[in-house]
Amino acid sequence: MASEAAEGGGLKIAPMDQFIVKPLFGGDTISWFTLTNATLWMAIAVLCVILLMVMGTRNRAMVPTRAQSVSEMIYGFVRKMVEDVAGKDGLVYFPYIITLFMFILLANVLALIPMSFSATSHIAVTAVMGFSVFFTVTAIGFIKNGTGFLSLFWVSSAPLALRPILAVIELISYFVRPVSHSVRLAGAIMAGHAVVKVFAGFAAVAAVAPLAIGGMVAIYALELLVACIQAYVFTILTCVYLKDALHPHH
Amino acid sequence: MEGDIAQMGQFIGAGLAAIGSGAAAIGVGHVAGNFLAGALRNPSAAGAQTATLFIGIAFAEALGIFSFLVALLLMFAV
Repeated sequence: MASEAAEGGGLKIAPMDQFIVKPLFGGDTISWFTLTNATLWMAIAVLCVILLMVMGTRNRAMVPTRAQSVSEMIYGFVRKMVEDVAGKDGLVYFPYIITLFMFILLANVLALIPMSFSATSHIAVTAVMGFSVFFTVTAIGFIKNGTGFLSLFWVSSAPLALRPILAVIELISYFVRPVSHSVRLAGAIMAGHAVVKVFAGFAAVAAVAPLAIGGMVAIYALELLVACIQAYVFTILTCVYLKDALHPHH
Repeated sequence: MEGDIAQMGQFIGAGLAAIGSGAAAIGVGHVAGNFLAGALRNPSAAGAQTATLFIGIAFAEALGIFSFLVALLLMFAV
């Protein structure tokens, strides 16, 4: 690790320490049932989703309260996205997609609270979501279209001589999808939080502290933007994959 | 200090992998810049294409994040 022995008694920057999964109630071993900080913050994210979407829309007022209008805006936004990208017949899968969107959005935003834990920065968390989308979409493609789903790889608009080569490329790109889908979210969140921690380390040196704190504020604002955009990107790519499964013909 | 050539190689490799982040920055800037150039010519059609813009940015950005991942693996996992 890059340990900088700067002036002022050994400045040590450890930007990756914030991602260590620790058991909540002491002990060292982590089994599948151990309550860790990762499970705690994922549970808080789920609770916040329930609070916003269930409690917010409980009264169904004609003039909405703040919570109700926020939840209605998010609902309408995601619904329009599914309809625009995946088509009308993609709306059957709308509950799954808004669940993904709300969980990722809340987990990303809650991770920006100081001393909290960023669950979506772990590939173990995002890979579960990415691969479940991949398997779901592949199953939908085969159930809806039968073997006609394989025409996704046979680009009928290309010249005949080119099609076998394109089929190989399409096949590879299809199987890389879940990897890039999950690594994108985890990598973006991890990189952003590491950058904030590096700037926080520089703030310990008195000479550059004002500059570092200004940089931290700017990076923090950028991170809020990235948290929302990554949730949006994950969801819209799910819609794109769903569209490919529902309408595989090029 | 001697015997640290492997670690030196890790650090140099991580630094080289970071070049990929700059390349991804070029890609993302290219997507966004071309979108803006097109959107200013025909602003009425721009609103419907923001989803495409974000998909393009996401694909360009993913490769930069892969290089960042390689750098992280070199620093912590090797």
